[in-house]
Amino acid sequence: MAKITFITTEKEEITLEASTGSVMQLAVDNNVPGIDGDCGGVCSCATCHVHVAPEHTAKTGEASEIETDMLELDDNANEYSRLCCQLEISEALDGLVLQVAESD
Amino acid sequence: MNKSAHPDPFKKARTETGMGKMDDQNDPVKMVLGLKDVRKCAHNWKAFQSGAEPGRIVIPSEVNIRDTRQIPFEVDPPEHKGYRNLIEPWFKRPLEKEYQEKLKAIISTIIDEALAKDTVEVFGNFSLQLQSRALTLLLNIPFEESETWIGWGAHVFRSEESDLDADKANILYNYIDQEIEKAIANPGEDLYSVLLNSEIDGKKLTKEEVKGVMILTFAGGRDTVINSITNSIAYFSEHPASLKWLKENPEITNTAVEELIRYFSPLTQMGRVATKDTMVCEHAIKADTRISLCWASANRDERVFENPNEIVLDRKINPHIAFGFGTHNCLGATHARQIMHILLTTLAQKVSSIDLIDFKENIEELGDFKRKVGYDSITVKFNA
Repeated sequence: MAKITFITTEKEEITLEASTGSVMQLAVDNNVPGIDGDCGGVCSCATCHVHVAPEHTAKTGEASEIETDMLELDDNANEYSRLCCQLEISEALDGLVLQVAESD
Repeated sequence: MNKSAHPDPFKKARTETGMGKMDDQNDPVKMVLGLKDVRKCAHNWKAFQSGAEPGRIVIPSEVNIRDTRQIPFEVDPPEHKGYRNLIEPWFKRPLEKEYQEKLKAIISTIIDEALAKDTVEVFGNFSLQLQSRALTLLLNIPFEESETWIGWGAHVFRSEESDLDADKANILYNYIDQEIEKAIANPGEDLYSVLLNSEIDGKKLTKEEVKGVMILTFAGGRDTVINSITNSIAYFSEHPASLKWLKENPEITNTAVEELIRYFSPLTQMGRVATKDTMVCEHAIKADTRISLCWASANRDERVFENPNEIVLDRKINPHIAFGFGTHNCLGATHARQIMHILLTTLAQKVSSIDLIDFKENIEELGDFKRKVGYDSITVKFNA
């Protein structure tokens, strides 16, 4: 089980638990505002943009080139940006805190 | 096994220069072909605007047959945001369970009818029906209204003789005017009424603005959805194992939908008008000339997609831009994705194979490029 906390753009904290699947799916299944996951997780739509808490970047690892290319053109992206459809849930993510990104 | 294939006509130009060109009613278009370049141009709405003369960003251009500005499609930021935020929640309704149940009933009925027939001409007697009936859900109006739209035939703007038929376009525009007047007289819970009652910054939408949204809704979701459905049927006719795979592994349905949409790219391209002299991959673009964002080429970019010309139903990373990219990405994408999702699920459950009997391809002529976008007609037999 991994506990993952989303902080919405309205500063609401939502903590969810899961052991499998993508972080995007977890957020969508629980109606986390700002995570739409329109493409279902194939890294096409960029509607699951989050900022990883700086102290937790080791948990999530680095974005792939395809993901980085997508984020490059997002005005709200920064060095902590990830598309959370590309974050697979595992014990390693336990305690992760994600800030839901603003959308344009 | 290649009748259902859609070859990539852009590869040579994309790899050699990154650009193509075509004329269109003496308003030539420089076509941007690589995925990263298309994304960059789509993102850069200041240099490449949508808010040009109404109809000009469409290819073929509609400036001679349309005066109404499509909304929010032909509006740039910051005004774009007000319209988009207003309309977006309505176009997300396909995520609701009740909407999906109704869509499932529509699609099941059409497949059952097709199974009962000896042969079916898919374009006119399957896809057009499905698209029209599904549109009644998106507009939240009575199912029977779909009969009117089916009666218009497959293309709102295109006739046998011409890609741009003003008489045909006027059928749609006059119809929308009428429906707006009806909604004013008898407000209901349909999209017309909702728009007529909406405000942006305290100002009610005008009839012309409502008409602009409605034209976009009708025109944007017609050929594109019809081609996606028809092309999928053609694909499954040649790949019965894929139907079986979907039946036994419904969890791949999402990646399958995205992959089919990438491969078919039902909208080949969309134009923009340059607001200043600028450059796109070392090609000079003059102010007040057109570029196109060629989604169809970008979605076969070998620098991004492995085996770009193959349909890989479980492709996990699929950064396609078939629904556009950035500010103006497709408003109807949620509806389109639901249609495809339910179509694939229901086909897999009910149909074991599809015999391809006869077909005529619809080939777009785009300067030196010839692109298969779908079929003018395709006759098949559905087997339970």
